Amino acid sequence: MNKKRYQIISKEIIANDIVSMWINAPDIADKSAAGQFVSVYCDDKSALLPRPISICDTDGKGGLRLVFKIVGKGTKELSDKNAGDGVDILGPLGNGFGEAFDKIKDMDHPDIAFVGGGVGIPPMLISSKSIKGQKNIILGYRDVTFMNEDFSEYGNVFISTEDGSAGVKGNVIDCITKNNLSPDVILACGPLPMLKGIKKYSEENNITAFVSLEEKMACGIGACLACVCKSNETDSHSMVKNKRICKDGPVFDVKEVDFT
Amino acid sequence: MNMKVNFAGVEFNNPITTASGTFGSGMEYADIVDLSRLGAVTTKGVANIPWPGNPTPRIAETYGGMINSIGLQNPGIDVFIKRDIPYLKECGTKIIANVCGKSTEDYCETVEKLSETDVDMLEINISCPNVREGGIAFGQNPKAVESITSDIKKRSKKPVIMKLTPNVTDITEMARAAENGGADAISLINTITGMKIDINRRTFALANKTGGLSGPAIHPVAVRMVYQAANSVNIPILGMGGVVTYEDAIELMMAGATMVAVGTANFNNPNATIEIIDGIADYMKRTGINDISEIIGCVK
Repeated sequence: MNKKRYQIISKEIIANDIVSMWINAPDIADKSAAGQFVSVYCDDKSALLPRPISICDTDGKGGLRLVFKIVGKGTKELSDKNAGDGVDILGPLGNGFGEAFDKIKDMDHPDIAFVGGGVGIPPMLISSKSIKGQKNIILGYRDVTFMNEDFSEYGNVFISTEDGSAGVKGNVIDCITKNNLSPDVILACGPLPMLKGIKKYSEENNITAFVSLEEKMACGIGACLACVCKSNETDSHSMVKNKRICKDGPVFDVKEVDFT
Repeated sequence: MNMKVNFAGVEFNNPITTASGTFGSGMEYADIVDLSRLGAVTTKGVANIPWPGNPTPRIAETYGGMINSIGLQNPGIDVFIKRDIPYLKECGTKIIANVCGKSTEDYCETVEKLSETDVDMLEINISCPNVREGGIAFGQNPKAVESITSDIKKRSKKPVIMKLTPNVTDITEMARAAENGGADAISLINTITGMKIDINRRTFALANKTGGLSGPAIHPVAVRMVYQAANSVNIPILGMGGVVTYEDAIELMMAGATMVAVGTANFNNPNATIEIIDGIADYMKRTGINDISEIIGCVK
């Protein structure tokens, strides 16, 4: 594995500051699993650190889809690129929803909820596509919706918006309760308050939940110990209670994560 | 053409190692980098017991660099000896083990345990800006530098490199203090204390408020300090600070470093160390250098 330059196939702005990009990256796409991410490097060498971006989708023909929000100069540089331009990427990285899928396979026809909030929505696409079963997809937005139509072939889609402009007014937990959904297992990615809500909901309802976490990263491969989260069990690397989001995660059984 | 260097009595295949903390224990990079090609792997700082490190966010990018306040999270010496040293030995790389501590006794306990292992050298971190006790507290006072160096030297069976902080007025004073304490070598520079404020959230970018600045932004400071230190002591220098390209490494060697560590560049390019080694070899060929030691300290 090494950082390599890949060619962008297409780019589309799908909402305010939300960009969808297909990249021809067969050696990454072919190995990618749901919940993994890639490190995207800037051409501007004043921006040294790779940007961790979750894998949204693959097309089985070497195409890798990334959907990201423009939040700073790295994602701005990437968003300014067009079809035919090159981009340096390392991946796939991290530990995705594999353990969650193994648990689901051991359950008897479970009701699976895929929950995405904001820029946490993209990785739920490859995730909901990667397993069969009774699937409900809950997408939470602040206001403008995006990608919701992409999900319709993989399950029943439910939407919530904070401003009430589409779907249930409120957050993803409101969306679950107001639609009388009763998931047996939740797979989620989204902002920290949402993930804390998922932890509380899963504990109250005694259900299994896996969450994908985000943190500032430097190496992206488990060496620098920048992106740790507090964990309830001792981690295997440092023998403290700090799991590495880039290497041990980004997906964790929510029971393992200490959000305090 | 010879790229081998003799550094404080230890022979390395080439002058390039990794800067402690940026390369884990090598294992994490093994899918990308052929570790046996490195002069040495300098491992993440290890203490006598496991340390949990600082709260997150621990890093922030800055223009041409980054600040970090990891807080020396590490598994403790016993795990390091059992898990990491055998792995690196298997990979056929030389090992410089970086040691951190909160008290002289902590350092000495770790040093004694490492003395009975297969590591090639010890690098003693008395310059971490991110831990309250130990670390930089030892590195900013010449008397403390000399005294901890001499205590460690008494307990170590391995050659000792003292890692110095740039957060001092006169680096030569600290370099001489390490030499007087009996250090076999010095390494510099550790990171420069910095701060970043998130103007949208109106708060510090790092949970620890301050962090160590590294990356190409600090390279000229490293060149200056290596030059000054090289001209004030007779022990060899492991130079580091913002090395991204082979030119940066050669610059530090010409300023007086016998070996050079690559740190933050690993984050921008996981294969940076290997590209730098190849770049130095090309440079030697192109400019007719037969032995890399010809360029060490050649700029006076």
